[in-house]
Amino acid sequence: MKITCNGETKEITPGTTLVSFIQDMNLNPDTVVAECDGRIVKRDEYDTLVFSDGNVLELIRFVGGG
Amino acid sequence: MLKIADRTFRSRLFLGTGKFSSAETLKKTIEASGSEMITVALRRVDLNDPADDIMNVLDRDKYLFLPNTSGARDAKEAVRLARLARAAGSGDWLKLEVTPDPRTLLPDPIETLRATEELAKEGFIVLPYMNGDPILALRLQDAGAAAVMPLGAPIGTNLGLITKFQVEIIIDQARVPVIVDAGLGAPSDAALAMEIGADAVLVNTAISVAGDPVKMAAAFAGAVEAGRAAYEAGLGRKSAEASASSPLTGLDFIKT
Repeated sequence: MKITCNGETKEITPGTTLVSFIQDMNLNPDTVVAECDGRIVKRDEYDTLVFSDGNVLELIRFVGGG
Repeated sequence: MLKIADRTFRSRLFLGTGKFSSAETLKKTIEASGSEMITVALRRVDLNDPADDIMNVLDRDKYLFLPNTSGARDAKEAVRLARLARAAGSGDWLKLEVTPDPRTLLPDPIETLRATEELAKEGFIVLPYMNGDPILALRLQDAGAAAVMPLGAPIGTNLGLITKFQVEIIIDQARVPVIVDAGLGAPSDAALAMEIGADAVLVNTAISVAGDPVKMAAAFAGAVEAGRAAYEAGLGRKSAEASASSPLTGLDFIKT
């Protein structure tokens, strides 16, 4: 099954949750905000959101800025 | 003490966190600045560099995070970034930036006003970045801005307070705090902004690109304090004619 994350195609196992995907990317779920198909995912949904084939995911976080 | 919305600040210097050479320098610079509010931006995670996480060095309990909407070209993009910032857990504070022209990075006044109206309705504490436009400052204030942030000069230029004339009018008229943001290149620029009555200044480039950012942060902190003290003390009036500081009497003995 494939999803697009930050413009890159990623092969994932069916049943993968958002939180496990973030951790697999070596990212900290506490400092990453996610948009799935244009909708902001609330923190309490990170554990329960299971991807569907073709989902478009954006992972965003704070960076230095003025 | 400076009060913006429901928060009070001892330091009137706010710090931007962009363009620092290392996370360690950034951390030390923030400490040296004495700032209690720091700005951050939101960007797509670089999946090839997952460890590059600014949150590893910034203490959310110690500093108020002011996420910006830098990169937004219109109100719609700014609102989207604002909602993401809130979802990222930064709270309701927001530095609204709408800069459609990458060459000048000057703020779009109409889109900034639209976004301020929308975001204030959504409960954000909106601090809009704006040009030195006194009428717009009033419109933003009426639209619900918690403070206004007129630029001293375009972002990252270090040109100083070239909008001084307009900023003085904004300060004179505003009911919300006025934070001079962008373009201040030297501590003397920050001192000048504070002397004319700005409530605070926000500095990034002048500090982050300095030879010694930590030392420059301390220099800006001192300048901001000096400028504020001068404003509170009340500056003397300027005059085109000289006025002797020493008595003009008691000089008969040298007159022949």
